[in-house]
Amino acid sequence: MDISRRLFIRNGVATVSFGIAAPSFLTAIAEAQSVRTRNLVVVYLGGGNDALNTLVSYRDPAYYSRRPSIAVPAGQVLQVGSDSAGQALGLHPRLGGLLNIFNEGRLALVQRTGYANSSRSHFEATDIWGTANPQASTGSGWLGRYLDALPRPLDALAAWNTTAETPRALISGTSGVPAIPNASTYSFASPNRGAAAAQERAAAQIMASNPASGRPHLAFVNSTARGAIETLDRVALATSYTPTVAYPDGGFADALQTVAGAIVRGIGSRVFWLQTGGYDTHAGQGGGGGGDYASLMGTLGDGLSAFYVDIRNQGLAGDTTVIVFSEFGRRISENGSAGTDHGAAGLMMVLGGSVRGGIHGTAAALSPGHPTLENSSGDVRYETDFRSVYARLLDQWLGVNSVPILGGDFRAGAPAIF
Amino acid sequence: MATVNPEIDHLLRRAGFGVSAADADIYRDMSHARAVDYLVDYEGRPDDVDERIGRPDHALVATKDLFAPDIDIDDARQRWIFRMIHTRRPLQEKMAMFWHNHFATAYTKLAVDSGERQAAKMLAHKPGTLRGPQGQIELFRQYAMGNFRDLLIHVAQDPAMLIWLDGKSNFKARPQENFGREIIELFTIGVDNYIESDVYAAARVFTGWNLRGSDDYRKDEYGDLNAYQEFVYNADQHDTGDKTFSFPIYSSGSRTIASRSESAGMQDGIDLITALAVHPETGRRLARKFWNFFISEIHSPDPAFVESVSAVYLQSRTEIRPVIRYILTSPWFTSSAMHFARYSWPAEYVVRSIREVGWQNFSIDRARSPLAAMGQQLYEPPNVGGWPIGASWFSTGTMLARTNFAATLATSQKPFLAASLVGESETPQDLVDAMLQRMTPAPLDSGPRQALMSYLAAAGSWTGTGEQLNTRAAGLARLLAGSAEYQLV
Repeated sequence: MDISRRLFIRNGVATVSFGIAAPSFLTAIAEAQSVRTRNLVVVYLGGGNDALNTLVSYRDPAYYSRRPSIAVPAGQVLQVGSDSAGQALGLHPRLGGLLNIFNEGRLALVQRTGYANSSRSHFEATDIWGTANPQASTGSGWLGRYLDALPRPLDALAAWNTTAETPRALISGTSGVPAIPNASTYSFASPNRGAAAAQERAAAQIMASNPASGRPHLAFVNSTARGAIETLDRVALATSYTPTVAYPDGGFADALQTVAGAIVRGIGSRVFWLQTGGYDTHAGQGGGGGGDYASLMGTLGDGLSAFYVDIRNQGLAGDTTVIVFSEFGRRISENGSAGTDHGAAGLMMVLGGSVRGGIHGTAAALSPGHPTLENSSGDVRYETDFRSVYARLLDQWLGVNSVPILGGDFRAGAPAIF
Repeated sequence: MATVNPEIDHLLRRAGFGVSAADADIYRDMSHARAVDYLVDYEGRPDDVDERIGRPDHALVATKDLFAPDIDIDDARQRWIFRMIHTRRPLQEKMAMFWHNHFATAYTKLAVDSGERQAAKMLAHKPGTLRGPQGQIELFRQYAMGNFRDLLIHVAQDPAMLIWLDGKSNFKARPQENFGREIIELFTIGVDNYIESDVYAAARVFTGWNLRGSDDYRKDEYGDLNAYQEFVYNADQHDTGDKTFSFPIYSSGSRTIASRSESAGMQDGIDLITALAVHPETGRRLARKFWNFFISEIHSPDPAFVESVSAVYLQSRTEIRPVIRYILTSPWFTSSAMHFARYSWPAEYVVRSIREVGWQNFSIDRARSPLAAMGQQLYEPPNVGGWPIGASWFSTGTMLARTNFAATLATSQKPFLAASLVGESETPQDLVDAMLQRMTPAPLDSGPRQALMSYLAAAGSWTGTGEQLNTRAAGLARLLAGSAEYQLV
């Protein structure tokens, strides 16, 4: 199988080099289907992650005075050293799996990511992280524009969304990204069997191929039906994967396991999108390093570390980069409900076998009046423009020019995550 | 045969859930205006649909033991779908769904807070058997066409909402911003019409709008089902200071809610809600949402529509019924260009397909997981912003869930479909025509029509009877209900 694939690629290249008018698309598809493809796995923490409790400034007295009931005790944090400003930092105690990756030098923690005049609306802020444009919360997304920049025709599984709804980030001007919320039910059902069922599938495919000229909305729905029929068999291949480690229970870990299956089976997807929710912790976050927020951290850390170890066991960690982000951080002071309201700058995490790990950027000093704060010292002010992280991922990992995709040059000040 | 005429079919897809055979008899001789009145003024017809659960000639419900839709969320979901299929007041159910999306409240957070049964009760309790306030969906039914300001006040005091947006722990020492933000950003005036300090002031306005349990209330799955939680104004938790906004609160133009005593402080919230309800941007925001819900998701809202609907809303002092009647009789609604210009919500799709393909021996429970896979689990919107509607309903995964539901439904109706089509299947063309009369998808181009004909031709020599009709009628129902054309309403 591998050999024939490589021959296919060589033939494609050879054809082009002889200058025959030609199937450059064959090359693209072959590349897309080759086993060694760099992957980007994007994890969105829905609701606004309380970054100050993910990566804790456990020697900052203001952290404890402003969060009397929800602070993570200094004795419980998983120490990761100090940032360049000398602030001692520790991961949440439920992120033990991520600590291992950090200690291997493969987890980058990018502090205080965001943008000026941070939106405190979930919806607007999520859209801004999707469009990569703080002035526009509508239109295509940064990953969608990356897909637009790839050679045509684009493989139907070039990107793989594990949620039912297409996030802003994946909205493309030219192609729909398949949404595969449950890979095990991603199959074609019929009221009949045998020949009648096969004839029905054929008819469905013809109906979905109708260009529907003059009715673009109908053409769009058809494209989703067609995309489903065309990707069924390859998705089934990914779900047949048996992982090398036991993943935890739950939807997030299930999705990570499916992504691992797609990577190991060489489906060819370059971008995967995952979401795990519950981060809108206005109330009852939990104290003493436990409670609801600790459960969120456990789901995140246990899932990601199972995924990372699995992929590493398969020898594919070096091909895989995971980024973790949320739409905003949260207010520094806890509210009266033992929770936190919507804030500003957050934490991005980047991990993978090719990632240059470590602590990037500096933590906010949490005593009121400090210049690292904003909004009457209620919130953390951003230091690293989130688009500079996107730029680094696009230029150095996905190998495309970030400037047209991001609508500007954001390379300056980007953390050295590769 | 379930089509009436293109205008009435359009009206019933938008203000109802498609045209069942029984509907065709009701609406056949009605003018458009008469049909709108019939749908809008529904109080004259009995709200007897729940009593018909379990009767013959209706869809079935499935349940683990006793059917308990007041305290079991899965049963509540079945009851609601049953209502959508069989109600005599389809527009009331349609508007309840609109408000459920507008004030999107999700079961899971309530269940974590108060236990599964109490959570289901807060969302779906229909007073009659158990003690306690009506569930949130009953509020939406009651106010389906009611006064929006009054609805906002009830929502602000609704137990499910008080948990969902954390109002129950909004105390004066450290106000809780969740509800204060969303009532401004999502329920009324919308983004770009307020500033951050408005959110902080609104949080203070609603301090003390909390929750209390009945004497027998315990957070316990096995507690007394009669126990309940209800709104309470905790005067001693109210921030009595004055609160200033960036927009007028009073008709005088004043932007400040003046300081009040603790005992009088609940009026702060009423004043703010009233100001938000009569804010012109609330009228425009509702108008745009109604445009998407009733007119089109393909054409962006016509500014003239937004201004007209907003004016009707404000002139009628935030009453919704005149607004809906205005919309359904407006030229925007009746324009044939707007036929099939919306993407059906999953619940609309499921209910319409059941009503048009058939429900004999069909258990509504079989729509429950498919609905979740299509992206719309009732009582579980993804967040307070509601479901992402329009084109966002569609992706490969959700479209596959729709087509696979079409297969499930068609499989269940095989013998009934065939029996109902005897005499209409002499030729393949006859059968295709009969199914198109029954299901009324958006017009099929020649390619898809030819695909249906080829599918029938593949059956071999055409008899149009027996096992051949059984197989091909179900296959045709699956292909039509699973077509892109059928997803548009």
